[in-house]
Amino acid sequence: MLGNIDTSLIDWSRAQFALTAMYHWLFVPLTLGLGVIQAIMETLYVKTGKEHWKTTAQFWMKLFGINFAIGVATGLIMEFEFGTNWSNYSWFVGDIFGAPLAIEGIVAFFMEATFIAIMYFGWDKVSKRFHLASTWLTIIGATMSAWWILVANSWMQYPAGMAFNPDSVRNEMLDFAAVALSPVAVNKFFHTVLSSWILGAVFVIGVSSWYLLKKRNTDFSRRSIRVAALFGLTASILTLWTGDGSAYQVAQRQPMKLAAMEGLYDGTTHAELVAIGVLDPAKTQYNDGKDPYLFHIAIPDMLSLLAERNADAFVPGIRDLIDGGYRLKDGSTALSAEEKMERGRVAIQALANYRAAMKENDAEEMALQRSILDDNFAYFGYGYIQEPTDLIPPVGLTFYAFHIMVALGGFFILLFILTFMLEKRGKLADARWMHYICLFSIPLAYIASQAGWIVAEVGRQPWAIQDILPTSASISRLDASSVQLTFFIFLVLFTVLLIAELSIMLKAIRRGPDNLITND
Amino acid sequence: MNLVSRIFRFYADGFRSMTLGKTLWVIIGVKLFIMFAILKWLFFPDFLGKFGGEEAKSEYISSELIHRAINP
Repeated sequence: MLGNIDTSLIDWSRAQFALTAMYHWLFVPLTLGLGVIQAIMETLYVKTGKEHWKTTAQFWMKLFGINFAIGVATGLIMEFEFGTNWSNYSWFVGDIFGAPLAIEGIVAFFMEATFIAIMYFGWDKVSKRFHLASTWLTIIGATMSAWWILVANSWMQYPAGMAFNPDSVRNEMLDFAAVALSPVAVNKFFHTVLSSWILGAVFVIGVSSWYLLKKRNTDFSRRSIRVAALFGLTASILTLWTGDGSAYQVAQRQPMKLAAMEGLYDGTTHAELVAIGVLDPAKTQYNDGKDPYLFHIAIPDMLSLLAERNADAFVPGIRDLIDGGYRLKDGSTALSAEEKMERGRVAIQALANYRAAMKENDAEEMALQRSILDDNFAYFGYGYIQEPTDLIPPVGLTFYAFHIMVALGGFFILLFILTFMLEKRGKLADARWMHYICLFSIPLAYIASQAGWIVAEVGRQPWAIQDILPTSASISRLDASSVQLTFFIFLVLFTVLLIAELSIMLKAIRRGPDNLITND
Repeated sequence: MNLVSRIFRFYADGFRSMTLGKTLWVIIGVKLFIMFAILKWLFFPDFLGKFGGEEAKSEYISSELIHRAINP
Protein backbone atom coordinates (compact mmCIF):
# COMPACT_ATOMS: atom_id res chain seq x y z
CA MET A 1 0.00 0.00 0.00
CA LEU A 2 1.16 3.51 -0.78
CA GLY A 3 -0.81 6.34 0.78
CA ASN A 4 -3.88 4.10 1.15
CA ILE A 5 -3.59 3.10 -2.48
CA ASP A 6 -2.83 -0.41 -3.71
CA THR A 7 0.53 -0.19 -5.52
CA SER A 8 -0.71 -2.63 -8.15
CA LEU A 9 -3.41 -0.06 -9.06
CA ILE A 10 -0.66 2.51 -9.67
CA ASP A 11 1.31 0.02 -11.76
CA TRP A 12 -1.66 -1.11 -13.86
CA SER A 13 -2.86 2.46 -14.41
CA ARG A 14 0.62 3.44 -15.57
CA ALA A 15 0.98 0.33 -17.71
CA GLN A 16 -2.35 0.96 -19.38
CA PHE A 17 -1.53 4.58 -20.13
CA ALA A 18 1.94 3.62 -21.38
CA LEU A 19 0.46 0.98 -23.68
CA THR A 20 -2.07 3.43 -25.11
CA ALA A 21 0.46 6.22 -25.55
CA MET A 22 3.08 3.97 -27.14
CA TYR A 23 0.53 2.50 -29.52
CA HIS A 24 -0.70 5.98 -30.47
CA TRP A 25 2.90 7.01 -31.03
CA LEU A 26 3.39 4.27 -33.62
CA PHE A 27 1.20 6.27 -36.02
CA VAL A 28 1.83 9.92 -35.19
CA PRO A 29 5.51 10.21 -36.21
CA LEU A 30 4.88 8.60 -39.59
CA THR A 31 1.97 10.99 -40.18
CA LEU A 32 4.17 13.99 -39.34
CA GLY A 33 7.21 12.80 -41.29
CA LEU A 34 5.63 11.23 -44.35
CA GLY A 35 3.20 14.15 -44.61
CA VAL A 36 6.02 16.61 -45.18
CA ILE A 37 7.83 14.31 -47.61
CA GLN A 38 4.73 13.82 -49.78
CA ALA A 39 4.14 17.60 -49.71
CA ILE A 40 7.73 18.20 -50.89
CA MET A 41 7.19 15.69 -53.71
CA GLU A 42 3.97 17.37 -54.76
CA THR A 43 5.75 20.75 -54.64
CA LEU A 44 8.34 19.31 -57.04
CA TYR A 45 5.49 18.21 -59.30
CA VAL A 46 3.92 21.67 -59.33
CA LYS A 47 7.31 23.35 -59.82
CA THR A 48 8.64 21.09 -62.57
CA GLY A 49 5.38 19.92 -64.13
CA LYS A 50 6.83 16.39 -64.38
CA GLU A 51 4.16 13.72 -64.06
CA HIS A 52 6.47 11.25 -62.33
CA TRP A 53 6.59 13.52 -59.27
CA LYS A 54 2.80 13.44 -59.17
CA THR A 55 2.83 9.61 -59.18
CA THR A 56 5.52 9.60 -56.52
CA ALA A 57 3.58 12.01 -54.30
CA GLN A 58 0.35 10.06 -54.81
CA PHE A 59 1.92 6.75 -53.81
CA TRP A 60 3.32 8.09 -50.54
CA MET A 61 0.02 9.87 -49.95
CA LYS A 62 -1.69 6.50 -50.17
CA LEU A 63 0.57 5.04 -47.46
CA PHE A 64 0.06 8.24 -45.44
CA GLY A 65 -3.72 7.69 -45.70
CA ILE A 66 -3.50 4.10 -44.45
CA ASN A 67 -1.37 5.15 -41.50
CA PHE A 68 -3.64 8.12 -40.79
CA ALA A 69 -6.83 6.05 -40.92
CA ILE A 70 -5.60 3.37 -38.54
CA GLY A 71 -3.95 5.86 -36.20
CA VAL A 72 -6.68 8.50 -36.11
CA ALA A 73 -8.54 8.71 -32.82
CA THR A 74 -6.24 6.27 -31.00
CA GLY A 75 -5.31 9.29 -28.86
CA LEU A 76 -8.95 9.54 -27.76
CA ILE A 77 -8.48 6.52 -25.52
CA MET A 78 -5.95 8.48 -23.49
CA GLU A 79 -8.60 11.14 -22.93
CA PHE A 80 -11.02 8.45 -21.71
CA GLU A 81 -8.33 7.27 -19.33
CA PHE A 82 -7.84 10.77 -17.94
CA GLY A 83 -11.52 10.91 -16.97
CA THR A 84 -11.73 7.42 -15.51
CA ASN A 85 -8.30 6.31 -14.29
CA TRP A 86 -6.66 9.66 -13.61
CA SER A 87 -9.56 11.67 -12.18
CA ASN A 88 -7.56 13.30 -9.37
CA TYR A 89 -5.01 14.48 -11.88
CA SER A 90 -7.69 15.62 -14.35
CA TRP A 91 -9.48 17.66 -11.73
CA PHE A 92 -6.28 19.07 -10.24
CA VAL A 93 -4.93 20.37 -13.57
CA GLY A 94 -7.97 20.24 -15.84
CA ASP A 95 -8.15 24.02 -16.28
CA ILE A 96 -4.64 24.11 -17.67
CA PHE A 97 -4.35 20.75 -19.37
CA GLY A 98 -7.79 21.03 -20.95
CA ALA A 99 -7.06 24.24 -22.88
CA PRO A 100 -4.31 22.93 -25.19
CA LEU A 101 -6.20 19.64 -25.67
CA ALA A 102 -9.37 21.52 -26.65
CA ILE A 103 -7.44 23.72 -29.10
CA GLU A 104 -5.84 20.59 -30.51
CA GLY A 105 -9.25 19.03 -31.06
CA ILE A 106 -10.59 22.09 -32.87
CA VAL A 107 -7.49 22.55 -35.02
CA ALA A 108 -7.34 18.87 -35.85
CA PHE A 109 -10.99 18.75 -36.82
CA PHE A 110 -11.20 21.88 -38.91
CA MET A 111 -7.82 21.92 -40.60
CA GLU A 112 -7.08 18.26 -41.10
CA ALA A 113 -10.66 17.18 -41.85
CA THR A 114 -11.17 19.95 -44.40
CA PHE A 115 -7.91 19.82 -46.27
CA ILE A 116 -7.31 16.09 -46.14
CA ALA A 117 -10.49 15.64 -48.19
CA ILE A 118 -9.21 18.04 -50.86
CA MET A 119 -5.83 16.30 -50.75
CA TYR A 120 -7.41 12.93 -51.58
CA PHE A 121 -10.50 13.86 -53.61
CA GLY A 122 -9.20 17.02 -55.29
CA TRP A 123 -6.72 15.69 -57.87
CA ASP A 124 -7.86 17.04 -61.25
CA LYS A 125 -10.86 18.74 -59.59
CA VAL A 126 -9.13 21.75 -58.09
CA SER A 127 -6.16 23.67 -59.48
CA LYS A 128 -2.66 22.26 -58.95
CA ARG A 129 -1.72 25.09 -56.63
CA PHE A 130 -4.89 24.85 -54.58
CA HIS A 131 -4.30 21.11 -54.23
CA LEU A 132 -0.71 21.71 -53.18
CA ALA A 133 -1.85 24.28 -50.61
CA SER A 134 -4.32 21.72 -49.24
CA THR A 135 -1.60 19.09 -48.93
CA TRP A 136 0.63 21.50 -47.02
CA LEU A 137 -2.26 22.70 -44.85
CA THR A 138 -3.12 19.10 -43.96
CA ILE A 139 0.35 18.46 -42.63
CA ILE A 140 0.59 21.91 -41.04
CA GLY A 141 -2.72 21.10 -39.27
CA ALA A 142 -1.33 17.77 -38.05
CA THR A 143 1.85 19.48 -36.86
CA MET A 144 -0.12 22.18 -35.06
CA SER A 145 -2.12 19.44 -33.34
CA ALA A 146 1.17 17.96 -32.19
CA TRP A 147 2.15 21.38 -30.83
CA TRP A 148 -0.81 21.52 -28.46
CA ILE A 149 -0.42 17.95 -27.29
CA LEU A 150 3.25 18.60 -26.61
CA VAL A 151 2.39 21.84 -24.78
CA ALA A 152 0.16 19.77 -22.47
CA ASN A 153 2.88 17.17 -21.96
CA SER A 154 5.56 19.81 -21.39
CA TRP A 155 3.45 21.48 -18.73
CA MET A 156 3.55 18.20 -16.79
CA GLN A 157 7.35 18.22 -17.02
CA TYR A 158 7.63 21.92 -16.17
CA PRO A 159 4.44 23.33 -14.59
CA ALA A 160 4.47 27.07 -15.29
CA GLY A 161 1.99 29.94 -15.61
CA MET A 162 -0.50 28.67 -13.01
CA ALA A 163 -1.64 29.15 -9.40
CA PHE A 164 -3.27 26.63 -7.10
CA ASN A 165 -6.74 27.53 -5.85
CA PRO A 166 -7.54 25.62 -2.62
CA ASP A 167 -11.25 26.55 -2.90
CA SER A 168 -11.71 24.59 -6.11
CA VAL A 169 -8.67 22.30 -5.53
CA ARG A 170 -7.59 23.18 -9.04
CA ASN A 171 -4.58 24.74 -10.63
CA GLU A 172 -5.74 27.73 -12.63
CA MET A 173 -4.02 29.24 -15.61
CA LEU A 174 -2.58 32.69 -14.97
CA ASP A 175 -0.43 33.11 -18.05
CA PHE A 176 -1.37 31.30 -21.27
CA ALA A 177 1.88 32.33 -22.98
CA ALA A 178 3.94 30.87 -20.13
CA VAL A 179 2.17 27.53 -20.71
CA ALA A 180 2.12 27.55 -24.53
CA LEU A 181 5.57 29.01 -25.06
CA SER A 182 7.52 27.60 -22.13
CA PRO A 183 11.11 26.75 -23.14
CA VAL A 184 10.36 23.09 -22.40
CA ALA A 185 7.32 23.12 -24.71
CA VAL A 186 9.14 24.88 -27.55
CA ASN A 187 12.08 22.52 -27.36
CA LYS A 188 9.96 19.42 -27.00
CA PHE A 189 7.86 20.40 -30.00
CA PHE A 190 10.83 20.85 -32.32
CA HIS A 191 12.66 17.80 -31.03
CA THR A 192 9.60 15.58 -31.35
CA VAL A 193 8.50 16.83 -34.77
CA LEU A 194 12.01 16.77 -36.24
CA SER A 195 12.61 13.25 -34.96
CA SER A 196 9.27 12.29 -36.58
CA TRP A 197 10.60 13.65 -39.86
CA ILE A 198 13.58 11.31 -39.46
CA LEU A 199 11.20 8.37 -39.02
CA GLY A 200 9.27 9.42 -42.13
CA ALA A 201 12.51 9.66 -44.12
CA VAL A 202 13.75 6.24 -42.94
CA PHE A 203 10.35 4.76 -43.84
CA VAL A 204 10.51 6.15 -47.40
CA ILE A 205 14.11 5.03 -47.86
CA GLY A 206 13.35 1.57 -46.43
CA VAL A 207 10.28 0.95 -48.59
CA SER A 208 12.06 2.29 -51.68
CA SER A 209 15.02 0.00 -50.95
CA TRP A 210 12.65 -2.96 -50.91
CA TYR A 211 11.65 -2.06 -54.50
CA LEU A 212 15.32 -1.81 -55.43
CA LEU A 213 15.94 -5.21 -53.87
CA LYS A 214 13.08 -6.60 -55.95
CA LYS A 215 14.45 -4.75 -59.01
CA ARG A 216 11.18 -2.96 -59.67
CA ASN A 217 10.08 0.69 -59.74
CA THR A 218 13.74 1.71 -59.83
CA ASP A 219 13.27 5.28 -61.04
CA PHE A 220 10.47 5.87 -58.55
CA SER A 221 12.59 4.47 -55.71
CA ARG A 222 15.68 6.50 -56.59
CA ARG A 223 13.60 9.69 -56.78
CA SER A 224 12.02 8.95 -53.42
CA ILE A 225 15.36 8.14 -51.80
CA ARG A 226 16.95 11.36 -53.08
CA VAL A 227 14.23 13.46 -51.47
CA ALA A 228 14.02 11.38 -48.26
CA ALA A 229 17.80 11.19 -47.71
CA LEU A 230 18.25 14.96 -47.99
CA PHE A 231 15.15 15.61 -45.92
CA GLY A 232 16.20 13.06 -43.29
CA LEU A 233 19.74 14.43 -43.11
CA THR A 234 18.45 17.97 -42.59
CA ALA A 235 16.03 16.75 -39.92
CA SER A 236 18.80 14.74 -38.21
CA ILE A 237 21.15 17.70 -37.97
CA LEU A 238 18.35 19.88 -36.59
CA THR A 239 17.43 17.08 -34.17
CA LEU A 240 20.99 17.10 -32.84
CA TRP A 241 20.50 20.78 -32.07
CA THR A 242 17.10 20.32 -30.41
CA GLY A 243 18.42 17.26 -28.56
CA ASP A 244 21.08 19.46 -27.03
CA GLY A 245 18.34 21.95 -26.09
CA SER A 246 16.26 19.13 -24.56
CA ALA A 247 19.19 17.93 -22.45
CA TYR A 248 19.73 21.48 -21.22
CA GLN A 249 16.05 21.86 -20.29
CA VAL A 250 16.07 18.51 -18.49
CA ALA A 251 19.17 19.55 -16.56
CA GLN A 252 17.50 22.80 -15.47
CA ARG A 253 14.02 21.46 -14.66
CA GLN A 254 14.38 17.72 -14.00
CA PRO A 255 17.91 17.03 -12.74
CA MET A 256 16.91 13.60 -11.42
CA LYS A 257 15.88 12.57 -14.93
CA LEU A 258 19.23 13.72 -16.31
CA ALA A 259 21.08 11.79 -13.60
CA ALA A 260 19.09 8.65 -14.49
CA MET A 261 19.71 9.16 -18.23
CA GLU A 262 23.44 9.14 -17.53
CA GLY A 263 23.54 6.70 -14.62
CA LEU A 264 25.18 9.49 -12.63
CA TYR A 265 25.03 8.74 -8.92
CA ASP A 266 27.74 11.04 -7.59
CA GLY A 267 27.68 14.58 -8.88
CA THR A 268 30.85 16.24 -10.03
CA THR A 269 32.33 19.18 -11.87
CA HIS A 270 33.75 18.37 -15.32
CA ALA A 271 31.10 15.67 -15.56
CA GLU A 272 31.65 13.20 -18.39
CA LEU A 273 29.01 12.10 -20.86
CA VAL A 274 28.64 8.35 -21.25
CA ALA A 275 28.89 7.48 -24.95
CA ILE A 276 28.53 3.71 -24.48
CA GLY A 277 28.04 1.90 -21.23
CA VAL A 278 26.69 -1.13 -19.40
CA LEU A 279 25.23 -0.62 -15.93
CA ASP A 280 26.22 -2.91 -13.09
CA PRO A 281 23.06 -4.65 -11.83
CA ALA A 282 24.85 -5.25 -8.51
CA LYS A 283 24.44 -1.56 -7.70
CA THR A 284 21.24 -1.61 -5.70
CA GLN A 285 21.67 1.39 -3.39
CA TYR A 286 22.11 4.95 -4.56
CA ASN A 287 24.66 5.59 -1.79
CA ASP A 288 26.57 2.29 -1.68
CA GLY A 289 29.64 3.86 -3.32
CA LYS A 290 29.81 1.14 -5.99
CA ASP A 291 30.77 2.06 -9.54
CA PRO A 292 27.46 2.10 -11.46
CA TYR A 293 29.03 0.79 -14.68
CA LEU A 294 30.40 -2.60 -15.61
CA PHE A 295 31.96 -0.86 -18.56
CA HIS A 296 31.68 2.57 -20.15
CA ILE A 297 33.33 4.92 -22.58
CA ALA A 298 32.78 8.60 -21.83
CA ILE A 299 33.53 12.02 -23.26
CA PRO A 300 35.26 14.19 -20.64
CA ASP A 301 33.51 17.41 -19.52
CA MET A 302 30.71 16.94 -22.03
CA LEU A 303 27.85 16.43 -19.55
CA SER A 304 28.78 19.63 -17.68
CA LEU A 305 28.89 21.42 -20.98
CA LEU A 306 25.51 20.04 -22.13
CA ALA A 307 23.79 20.59 -18.80
CA GLU A 308 25.18 24.00 -17.82
CA ARG A 309 26.99 25.30 -20.93
CA ASN A 310 30.16 25.25 -18.84
CA ALA A 311 32.72 22.44 -18.69
CA ASP A 312 33.61 23.41 -15.09
CA ALA A 313 30.00 23.26 -13.90
CA PHE A 314 28.79 20.88 -11.19
CA VAL A 315 26.18 18.34 -12.32
CA PRO A 316 24.34 16.75 -9.39
CA GLY A 317 24.03 12.98 -9.29
CA ILE A 318 21.26 10.89 -7.76
CA ARG A 319 22.97 10.87 -4.36
CA ASP A 320 23.29 14.67 -4.36
CA LEU A 321 19.65 15.11 -5.31
CA ILE A 322 18.53 12.82 -2.50
CA ASP A 323 20.92 14.05 0.17
CA GLY A 324 20.93 17.74 -0.87
CA GLY A 325 23.55 20.08 0.53
CA TYR A 326 25.21 21.06 -2.74
CA ARG A 327 25.31 24.66 -3.92
CA LEU A 328 22.68 25.72 -6.44
CA LYS A 329 23.30 28.28 -9.20
CA ASP A 330 21.52 31.01 -7.25
CA GLY A 331 23.96 30.51 -4.37
CA SER A 332 21.49 28.75 -2.08
CA THR A 333 21.95 25.23 -0.75
CA ALA A 334 19.92 22.40 -2.27
CA LEU A 335 17.32 20.87 0.04
CA SER A 336 17.50 17.17 0.76
CA ALA A 337 14.65 14.86 -0.26
CA GLU A 338 13.65 14.57 3.41
CA GLU A 339 13.41 18.37 3.72
CA LYS A 340 11.30 18.59 0.55
CA MET A 341 9.06 15.78 1.82
CA GLU A 342 8.57 17.64 5.08
CA ARG A 343 7.63 20.84 3.23
CA GLY A 344 5.25 18.84 1.04
CA ARG A 345 3.52 17.44 4.12
CA VAL A 346 3.24 20.98 5.52
CA ALA A 347 1.59 22.08 2.25
CA ILE A 348 -0.91 19.22 2.28
CA GLN A 349 -1.70 19.75 5.97
CA ALA A 350 -2.25 23.46 5.20
CA LEU A 351 -4.70 22.45 2.45
CA ALA A 352 -6.54 20.22 4.95
CA ASN A 353 -6.64 23.04 7.53
CA TYR A 354 -7.76 25.54 4.90
CA ARG A 355 -10.64 23.30 3.80
CA ALA A 356 -11.67 22.77 7.44
CA ALA A 357 -11.56 26.54 8.07
CA MET A 358 -13.56 27.13 4.90
CA LYS A 359 -16.37 24.94 6.27
CA GLU A 360 -16.32 26.96 9.49
CA ASN A 361 -16.27 30.27 7.56
CA ASP A 362 -13.15 31.20 9.53
CA ALA A 363 -11.59 33.81 7.22
CA GLU A 364 -8.59 34.51 9.46
CA GLU A 365 -7.58 30.86 9.67
CA MET A 366 -8.15 30.46 5.93
CA ALA A 367 -5.76 33.36 5.21
CA LEU A 368 -3.12 31.89 7.52
CA GLN A 369 -3.35 28.39 6.01
CA ARG A 370 -3.41 29.83 2.49
CA SER A 371 -0.17 31.62 3.21
CA ILE A 372 1.46 28.40 4.51
CA LEU A 373 0.16 26.50 1.50
CA ASP A 374 1.47 29.08 -0.98
CA ASP A 375 4.89 29.15 0.70
CA ASN A 376 5.23 25.39 0.40
CA PHE A 377 3.23 24.59 -2.73
CA ALA A 378 6.37 24.15 -4.86
CA TYR A 379 6.96 20.94 -2.82
CA PHE A 380 3.31 19.83 -2.61
CA GLY A 381 3.92 16.50 -4.38
CA TYR A 382 6.76 15.54 -2.07
CA GLY A 383 4.19 15.19 0.70
CA TYR A 384 3.06 11.92 -0.92
CA ILE A 385 6.54 10.43 -1.10
CA GLN A 386 7.09 7.70 1.48
CA GLU A 387 10.84 7.15 1.10
CA PRO A 388 13.49 9.37 -0.48
CA THR A 389 14.44 6.51 -2.79
CA ASP A 390 10.89 6.66 -4.26
CA LEU A 391 12.14 9.79 -6.02
CA ILE A 392 14.61 7.80 -8.14
CA PRO A 393 13.16 6.80 -11.53
CA PRO A 394 14.02 3.39 -13.03
CA VAL A 395 17.67 4.12 -13.85
CA GLY A 396 18.35 1.13 -16.11
CA LEU A 397 15.37 1.71 -18.41
CA THR A 398 15.98 5.47 -18.63
CA PHE A 399 19.74 5.03 -19.19
CA TYR A 400 19.43 2.41 -21.94
CA ALA A 401 16.47 4.13 -23.67
CA PHE A 402 18.44 7.38 -23.80
CA HIS A 403 21.60 5.77 -25.15
CA ILE A 404 19.71 3.66 -27.70
CA MET A 405 17.92 6.81 -28.93
CA VAL A 406 21.19 8.76 -29.25
CA ALA A 407 23.07 5.87 -30.90
CA LEU A 408 20.29 5.34 -33.43
CA GLY A 409 20.17 9.10 -34.10
CA GLY A 410 23.87 8.91 -35.02
CA PHE A 411 23.25 5.81 -37.14
CA PHE A 412 20.50 7.57 -39.12
CA ILE A 413 22.81 10.48 -39.94
CA LEU A 414 25.30 8.00 -41.43
CA LEU A 415 22.46 6.20 -43.21
CA PHE A 416 21.18 9.39 -44.85
CA ILE A 417 24.66 10.51 -45.89
CA LEU A 418 25.53 7.09 -47.30
CA THR A 419 22.29 6.59 -49.22
CA PHE A 420 22.49 10.09 -50.67
CA MET A 421 26.14 9.68 -51.72
CA LEU A 422 25.53 6.25 -53.25
CA GLU A 423 22.48 7.54 -55.09
CA LYS A 424 24.32 10.64 -56.33
CA ARG A 425 27.11 8.46 -57.72
CA GLY A 426 24.55 6.18 -59.37
CA LYS A 427 25.61 3.17 -57.27
CA LEU A 428 22.61 2.79 -54.95
CA ALA A 429 20.42 0.77 -57.32
CA ASP A 430 23.01 -2.07 -57.34
CA ALA A 431 24.13 -1.89 -53.69
CA ARG A 432 22.05 -4.78 -52.34
CA TRP A 433 23.80 -4.71 -48.95
CA MET A 434 22.64 -1.12 -48.57
CA HIS A 435 19.07 -2.03 -49.50
CA TYR A 436 18.99 -4.53 -46.65
CA ILE A 437 20.41 -1.97 -44.22
CA CYS A 438 17.81 0.60 -45.29
CA LEU A 439 14.95 -1.89 -45.07
CA PHE A 440 15.90 -3.06 -41.59
CA SER A 441 16.34 0.53 -40.48
CA ILE A 442 12.53 1.01 -40.49
CA PRO A 443 11.99 -0.83 -37.17
CA LEU A 444 15.07 0.93 -35.77
CA ALA A 445 13.42 4.30 -36.45
CA TYR A 446 10.38 3.19 -34.46
CA ILE A 447 12.59 1.92 -31.64
CA ALA A 448 14.40 5.29 -31.49
CA SER A 449 11.09 7.14 -31.49
CA GLN A 450 9.62 5.05 -28.67
CA ALA A 451 12.89 5.20 -26.73
CA GLY A 452 12.67 8.99 -26.76
CA TRP A 453 9.28 8.86 -25.08
CA ILE A 454 10.50 6.27 -22.57
CA VAL A 455 13.26 8.69 -21.56
CA ALA A 456 10.74 11.54 -21.24
CA GLU A 457 8.08 9.62 -19.32
CA VAL A 458 9.89 6.93 -17.33
CA GLY A 459 12.66 9.40 -16.49
CA ARG A 460 10.23 11.75 -14.76
CA GLN A 461 8.80 9.14 -12.40
CA PRO A 462 7.41 9.25 -9.76
CA TRP A 463 5.84 12.47 -11.03
CA ALA A 464 2.67 12.93 -13.04
CA ILE A 465 3.32 16.68 -12.63
CA GLN A 466 6.90 17.49 -11.74
CA ASP A 467 7.23 18.15 -7.98
CA ILE A 468 3.48 18.88 -7.66
CA LEU A 469 1.68 15.55 -8.00
CA PRO A 470 3.06 11.99 -8.10
CA THR A 471 1.30 9.23 -10.01
CA SER A 472 0.22 7.65 -6.70
CA ALA A 473 -1.91 10.73 -5.93
CA SER A 474 -3.10 11.22 -9.52
CA ILE A 475 -4.99 7.99 -10.05
CA SER A 476 -8.64 7.30 -9.32
CA ARG A 477 -9.57 4.97 -6.49
CA LEU A 478 -10.56 2.05 -8.71
CA ASP A 479 -10.38 -1.68 -8.39
CA ALA A 480 -6.95 -2.73 -9.75
CA SER A 481 -8.49 -5.76 -11.47
CA SER A 482 -10.77 -3.55 -13.62
CA VAL A 483 -7.77 -1.55 -14.84
CA GLN A 484 -5.95 -4.82 -15.47
CA LEU A 485 -8.91 -6.10 -17.51
CA THR A 486 -9.02 -2.99 -19.71
CA PHE A 487 -5.24 -3.22 -20.17
CA PHE A 488 -5.65 -6.64 -21.77
CA ILE A 489 -8.70 -5.54 -23.80
CA PHE A 490 -6.57 -2.74 -25.24
CA LEU A 491 -3.69 -5.07 -25.86
CA VAL A 492 -5.94 -7.33 -27.96
CA LEU A 493 -7.68 -4.43 -29.73
CA PHE A 494 -4.42 -2.66 -30.52
CA THR A 495 -2.79 -5.83 -31.77
CA VAL A 496 -5.73 -6.50 -34.12
CA LEU A 497 -5.61 -2.92 -35.43
CA LEU A 498 -1.87 -3.09 -35.88
CA ILE A 499 -2.16 -6.35 -37.83
CA ALA A 500 -4.88 -4.71 -39.96
CA GLU A 501 -2.65 -1.72 -40.65
CA LEU A 502 0.39 -3.78 -41.45
CA SER A 503 -1.51 -6.06 -43.82
CA ILE A 504 -3.16 -3.13 -45.67
CA MET A 505 0.12 -1.21 -45.75
CA LEU A 506 2.11 -4.21 -47.01
CA LYS A 507 -0.51 -4.93 -49.65
CA ALA A 508 -0.31 -1.33 -50.87
CA ILE A 509 3.49 -1.47 -50.91
CA ARG A 510 3.51 -4.77 -52.80
CA ARG A 511 1.09 -3.31 -55.33
CA GLY A 512 3.47 -0.38 -55.73
CA PRO A 513 3.15 3.00 -57.38
CA ASP A 514 1.93 1.58 -60.71
CA ASN A 515 -1.74 1.94 -61.61
CA LEU A 516 -2.53 4.31 -58.79
CA ILE A 517 -6.11 5.35 -58.40
CA THR A 518 -6.00 8.93 -57.22
CA ASN A 519 -9.01 8.74 -54.92
CA ASP A 520 -7.66 5.73 -53.03
CA MET B 1 -24.89 25.22 -58.88
CA ASN B 2 -24.37 27.04 -55.60
CA LEU B 3 -21.29 26.67 -53.42
CA VAL B 4 -22.92 24.36 -50.86
CA SER B 5 -24.11 21.87 -53.45
CA ARG B 6 -20.73 21.99 -55.21
CA ILE B 7 -19.00 21.14 -51.95
CA PHE B 8 -21.54 18.38 -51.32
CA ARG B 9 -20.96 16.95 -54.80
CA PHE B 10 -17.20 17.16 -54.29
CA TYR B 11 -17.37 15.03 -51.16
CA ALA B 12 -20.03 12.68 -52.53
CA ASP B 13 -18.05 11.99 -55.72
CA GLY B 14 -14.89 11.56 -53.70
CA PHE B 15 -16.40 9.00 -51.34
CA ARG B 16 -18.18 7.19 -54.19
CA SER B 17 -15.02 6.64 -56.21
CA MET B 18 -12.87 5.40 -53.33
CA THR B 19 -11.41 1.89 -53.48
CA LEU B 20 -8.97 1.23 -50.64
CA GLY B 21 -10.44 4.24 -48.85
CA LYS B 22 -13.72 2.35 -48.35
CA THR B 23 -11.90 -0.36 -46.39
CA LEU B 24 -10.16 2.30 -44.34
CA TRP B 25 -13.46 4.04 -43.58
CA VAL B 26 -14.92 0.72 -42.42
CA ILE B 27 -11.94 0.29 -40.11
CA ILE B 28 -12.35 3.85 -38.80
CA GLY B 29 -16.09 3.23 -38.25
CA VAL B 30 -15.56 -0.06 -36.43
CA LYS B 31 -12.80 1.49 -34.35
CA LEU B 32 -14.90 4.49 -33.32
CA PHE B 33 -17.85 2.21 -32.53
CA ILE B 34 -15.65 0.04 -30.29
CA MET B 35 -14.19 3.12 -28.63
CA PHE B 36 -17.36 5.07 -27.95
CA ALA B 37 -20.10 2.46 -27.78
CA ILE B 38 -18.16 -0.26 -25.97
CA LEU B 39 -15.01 1.00 -24.26
CA LYS B 40 -16.24 4.44 -23.20
CA TRP B 41 -19.68 3.21 -22.20
CA LEU B 42 -18.68 -0.01 -20.44
CA PHE B 43 -15.20 0.60 -19.14
CA PHE B 44 -14.57 4.33 -19.01
CA PRO B 45 -17.33 6.13 -17.15
CA ASP B 46 -16.67 9.67 -15.95
CA PHE B 47 -15.31 8.81 -12.52
CA LEU B 48 -16.26 12.15 -10.97
CA GLY B 49 -19.66 12.22 -12.71
CA LYS B 50 -21.28 10.45 -9.77
CA PHE B 51 -20.55 13.42 -7.51
CA GLY B 52 -22.90 15.77 -9.30
CA GLY B 53 -21.94 19.43 -8.81
CA GLU B 54 -18.55 21.11 -8.86
CA GLU B 55 -18.55 21.62 -5.09
CA ALA B 56 -19.06 17.93 -4.37
CA LYS B 57 -16.33 17.04 -6.85
CA SER B 58 -13.82 19.46 -5.32
CA GLU B 59 -14.71 18.16 -1.86
CA TYR B 60 -14.08 14.58 -2.97
CA ILE B 61 -10.78 15.44 -4.68
CA SER B 62 -9.54 17.47 -1.72
CA SER B 63 -10.38 14.57 0.57
CA GLU B 64 -8.50 12.17 -1.74
CA LEU B 65 -5.47 14.44 -2.05
CA ILE B 66 -5.29 15.06 1.68
CA HIS B 67 -5.87 11.51 2.86
CA ARG B 68 -3.46 9.90 0.46
CA ALA B 69 -0.71 11.84 2.22
CA ILE B 70 -2.10 12.13 5.73
CA ASN B 71 -3.83 9.09 7.17
CA PRO B 72 -7.09 10.15 8.83
